[in-house]
Amino acid sequence: MIGAMVALTVIKLLAASGLPVFVIILVALAAAAAVCMAVGYTIERIAYRPLRRAPKLAPLITAIGVSIILQNLAMLIWGRNYHAFPPILPTSQHEIFGATITSLQVAIVLIAALMMTGLIILIHRTRLGRAMRATSENPPIAQLMGVNINQIISFTFIIGSALAAVAGLMVSANYSIAHYYMGFMLGLKAFTAAVLGGIGNIAGAVLGGILLGLIESLGAGYIGDLTGGFLGSHYQDIFAFFVLICVLIFRPSGLVGEKVSERA
Amino acid sequence: MLEVTGLRVAYGGIQAVRGITFHVEQGEMVALIGANGAGKTSTLKALSRLLNAAGGSVRYCGKEISALEPHQLVSEGIALVPEGRGVFPRMNILENLLMGAYSRQDKAGIAADSAHVFSLFPRLEERAQQLAGTLSGGEQQMLAIGRALMSRPKLLLLDEPSMGLAPLMVQKIFEVIRAVAEEGMTVLLVEQNAKLALEVSQRGYVMESGEITLTDESSKLLANPRVREAYLGE
Ligand SMILES: Nc1ncnc2c1ncn2[C@@H]1O[C@H](COP(=O)(O)OP(=O)(O)OP(=O)(O)O)[C@@H](O)[C@H]1O
Ligand SMILES: [Mg+2]
Repeated sequence: MIGAMVALTVIKLLAASGLPVFVIILVALAAAAAVCMAVGYTIERIAYRPLRRAPKLAPLITAIGVSIILQNLAMLIWGRNYHAFPPILPTSQHEIFGATITSLQVAIVLIAALMMTGLIILIHRTRLGRAMRATSENPPIAQLMGVNINQIISFTFIIGSALAAVAGLMVSANYSIAHYYMGFMLGLKAFTAAVLGGIGNIAGAVLGGILLGLIESLGAGYIGDLTGGFLGSHYQDIFAFFVLICVLIFRPSGLVGEKVSERA
Repeated sequence: MLEVTGLRVAYGGIQAVRGITFHVEQGEMVALIGANGAGKTSTLKALSRLLNAAGGSVRYCGKEISALEPHQLVSEGIALVPEGRGVFPRMNILENLLMGAYSRQDKAGIAADSAHVFSLFPRLEERAQQLAGTLSGGEQQMLAIGRALMSRPKLLLLDEPSMGLAPLMVQKIFEVIRAVAEEGMTVLLVEQNAKLALEVSQRGYVMESGEITLTDESSKLLANPRVREAYLGE
């Protein structure tokens, strides 16, 4: 949400400048990423680091609190209205297998694939990524290996925030709209997608996201027929949570999440 | 090399370590033995800075280290093999070893050292790509020791390497510990298995309810009637 709002503000400011669209988007993206990284770092510093030794429920509640604060701050800054995304992007439509897809959507899929690949390489192929995994698996032992876990956790928040900024911009560009509350449902659905794929598995999360999107779209399209007209397509959100509940009950490790027995 | 003076550890109001004093000289293997709950693990955790000591001083190579952050100790040359091994279960053997070398940058040296670890534990080489969480307890212990060696420590702290292992595996692990010590490593060995620990070490300390009650050369402790009765089951 913050990423989308910052990007939108920058785009509006620059829209009349006559700069090429591509440059405007890049500047907006850079600004959005920079703001989100700063916000992510700050949140970790003041809201999570003090809870490092607290029970697991504490950071969860804090997360909810932080999100409420951020939403209200955003409302103060940008107001409660929906902001239309300026129509600066070229929108050509293509037909693939009978489905209509815009060039924007193609770009979104490509960018998502690029981010996924980059993240997988970072986490699984680099020294920094190993330190991140070690810190998430066992913080004290990671420290014994010489990992400065505070540094690693800060860095993880910064990367995550930058990715969220890109995602926020893509969502608002796709739906041509942004507002202070857009992140709430998105966050829940992103979480559902990650659970569906298997927490901790990056490609799984992307797969979960695609599946969830399909389930939602198809479900929303047919829900009227399925319920004899009792429920309309505006009930599409129930599918995400139906999926979440089913995964948690029947396959808590997710679709591709492997179970690793932790022998003592 | 290591000089511990009046070290105290407390959990809330409960004193687990009540002002113990001991030292380990360069190149020595020293055993710290004691019954369940004597405070051995608490002592090692305080040394490796995973716990804040309630008092006392820890000097390592003449330098006070009791205020350092835990992640700073590796570069000082201290490595701990924790009780219960503490391998990273979702990483494979190779990645676990690389984590042990996290504080180092020399690629060639790291490769040479992982080859050395594999020569000490051929079992690990066969399984280099296997997730550590799926290894047997003995293999995990090998990995934990190998991982600690990967940082090229000067002082190795071992917390109950024999715990939960079959006699044959214990023997194998201790052969390696002995070999590592013979290469010149300084070792502080915490063990419940007093006989084993006193057989491989030069000196020993006996810990009871948070205090060191006895210290001597290991061979003399092995012959000490009090030790024989309390720890060797005679
Ligand atoms: N996290 C903790 N909170 C409270 N008390 C603790 C904690 N950890 C250890 N203790 C207590 O401190 C005392 C010493 O424990 P410690 O683990 O150091 O013993 P130990 O000598 O390593 O025993 P063992 O041989 O069984 O591993 C015990 O009485 C234990 O109950
Ligand atoms: Mg112990």
